[in-house]
Amino acid sequence: MFEILQKEKLAEKIWMMKVKAPRVAKICEPGEFIIVRIDEKGERVPLTICDYDRNAGTVTIVFQEVGASTTRMKDLREGEGFADFVGPLGKPSDLIREDEEELKKKKILFVAGGVGTAPVYPQVKWLREKGIDADVIIGARNKDLLILEDEMREIAGDHLYVCTDDASYGMKGPVTAVIDELVENRGKKYDLCVAIGPMIMMKFTCLTTKKYDIPTVVSMNPIMVDGTGMCGACRLIVDGKVKFACVDGPEFDGHKVDFDAAMKRQQQYKTEEGRAMLKLAEGDTHHGGCGNCGGDR
Amino acid sequence: MDVMKKVPVREQDPKVRAANFDEVCLGYSEEEAVAEADRCLNCKNPKCVEGCPVRINIPEFIHAVTERDFNKAADIIALSSMLPAVCGRVCPQETQCEGVCIRGIKGEAISIGKIERFVADRARECGYVPEIKVEKKNKKIAVIGAGPSGLTCAGDLAKLGYQVKIFEALHEAGGVLMYGIPEFRLPNDKVVKPEIENVKKLGVEIETDVIVGKTVSLDSLLKEEGFDAVYIGSGAGLPMFMNIPGETANGVFSANEFLTRNNLMKAFRDDYDTPIRRGKKVCVVGGGNVAMDAARTALRLGAHVDIVYRRSETELPARREEVSHAKEEGIVFNLLQNPVEILQDENGWVRGMKVIKMELGEPDASGRRRPVEIPGSEYEIECDTVIMALGTSPNPLLAGTTEGLETGRRGTINTDENGRTSREGVFCGGDAATGAATVILAMEAGRTAARSIDEYLSK
Repeated sequence: MFEILQKEKLAEKIWMMKVKAPRVAKICEPGEFIIVRIDEKGERVPLTICDYDRNAGTVTIVFQEVGASTTRMKDLREGEGFADFVGPLGKPSDLIREDEEELKKKKILFVAGGVGTAPVYPQVKWLREKGIDADVIIGARNKDLLILEDEMREIAGDHLYVCTDDASYGMKGPVTAVIDELVENRGKKYDLCVAIGPMIMMKFTCLTTKKYDIPTVVSMNPIMVDGTGMCGACRLIVDGKVKFACVDGPEFDGHKVDFDAAMKRQQQYKTEEGRAMLKLAEGDTHHGGCGNCGGDR
Repeated sequence: MDVMKKVPVREQDPKVRAANFDEVCLGYSEEEAVAEADRCLNCKNPKCVEGCPVRINIPEFIHAVTERDFNKAADIIALSSMLPAVCGRVCPQETQCEGVCIRGIKGEAISIGKIERFVADRARECGYVPEIKVEKKNKKIAVIGAGPSGLTCAGDLAKLGYQVKIFEALHEAGGVLMYGIPEFRLPNDKVVKPEIENVKKLGVEIETDVIVGKTVSLDSLLKEEGFDAVYIGSGAGLPMFMNIPGETANGVFSANEFLTRNNLMKAFRDDYDTPIRRGKKVCVVGGGNVAMDAARTALRLGAHVDIVYRRSETELPARREEVSHAKEEGIVFNLLQNPVEILQDENGWVRGMKVIKMELGEPDASGRRRPVEIPGSEYEIECDTVIMALGTSPNPLLAGTTEGLETGRRGTINTDENGRTSREGVFCGGDAATGAATVILAMEAGRTAARSIDEYLSK
């Protein structure tokens, strides 16, 4: 069992957990992800690594309740744990392989949307530890859905820009409006943009950065089963070719990703997930009607 | 009784089994097994042993069955195979032991696989574990992957007295036996898990959730964790696709994904969280065992299933038993046909597949006649799900993160005939070295490598 040492609610339906996983903590790098399984009956859920502590042997994850397994996950308490916690998976962020001096010369912009703030955090932190400042935009639909603002401010300071779609907090508008503002009105120039968040946000961020000719890296989070390069569920079209997010990614050149195809594939199990959620919500009172369990057959 | 004919094996009725995941073949009873064993000629120069990749002493164990000394039969098999209940079920016997059976020249070959299965099942049901005397050696070996190859290598090394630890990437040991081959052919809890337990009883330790190459490097196993040698049995990797238009449409799956969801994650049971698509009309592309498994799984989930294969019936690479079972269950075989495009609706979901008819031309490198398209013969098959069962390419994780490990053109790890890789003390076999093959060939490679490792460490 992989014990949960700390659990915190970050926003409505968004949770953070610090998990004891010494093998993963020892070797993981920013940009990689892990897979958790709550118990025998749970799904294998891929989650990006938010933070890690090599000495304490802990890895921090952030997840949103979306399906049956993540909804059950949020009910786990400190002291309880996951049956499985495997990783790190995927390739580390390209940033960490770059020459430090070269990196110091670069102006980097991070764009984080919603739960995507979690995987952006370790990259910004990694740079800060090297003495490199980067601009960070965090966007959310409204104030209540913002996560990790304080943590990010601690490492990004004045370089942090927060925006909400409904103007309930920070700057108004989607992240793309903030990119426009920074580039056009505040004279900012960037050599690299790293955008992580919902696919629709990454798609529009890429359209915006393309306009300014800023190379952009995105972190894709498609449907996966094993996460180790076996099932092929996570395949994407990048630059016209089939790529697997679990072994070729999860980071890709955002200007080459076919987001429309990726977003369609994201819908693949929506009906089945909906049915599973219905069953979970109704618990013992569930007796069919979901079209899935056979209770009405 | 006609000694020229096999004792028939009982099976679930095709109509009944098409709607459940219980095992299709019910196996021999004691009387049936003995009757079948009595047909064996007990040849002086047995061809069957040569036909078996792991060289089980077949006439001897069959003779023990005729004497009803079933424990002795189990002991004889255990000298050569750690997974007899598995092999009795999934080996392509018709091209191996049974294919060269002398009895088979004039009559039907002995059902060696079914007798092996009976012996293994009976031993398990009686709680009999063949005893193996081991003299402990003070050397540690790491095995990467708990599939048939890794389990065999680990079992053989443990029998030689080595301390063996298997690292498994998934949450369950068993590899393709767990995630790939379905319940109705190879029950996980009843057959696979007990055989893995038998390997553990030899002293083999298994750590799950460790991806060597990611969680730990191969070099750190040798340098930091104190292993004296490593065996790579990491198996097959990324599924192949056809690269035809429409392949990213919703409702197109690799057989690996479809089978993993169903077998490893148990999506067919509604008390498990992992979802699976239950299509109404499913097309499976391919003609191997994996294609048959995917097709028969889709059928059991409630679909009408078409298999589309580009060559003719004689070239179908699947075991003959699987093909005939599939047909009995109502799966339609569209032979000499090949997909050219997957058609989608306005929301990006599969609505059909455009296929072209083929004819057989000259033999290709594999010796099979090459299928050639017949111009202008395209037509559409209506379907809502497409499952691609076209084979796999090796997983890049280990070779990509290990220095000095040479790979071939297709990404397989290079080895000599004894399973040695380009790195000293590192051995490899099974699908990781050969590309996708069968369970028994992976086991053979595991055995060969175990012998080389013993040689290497005895120097």
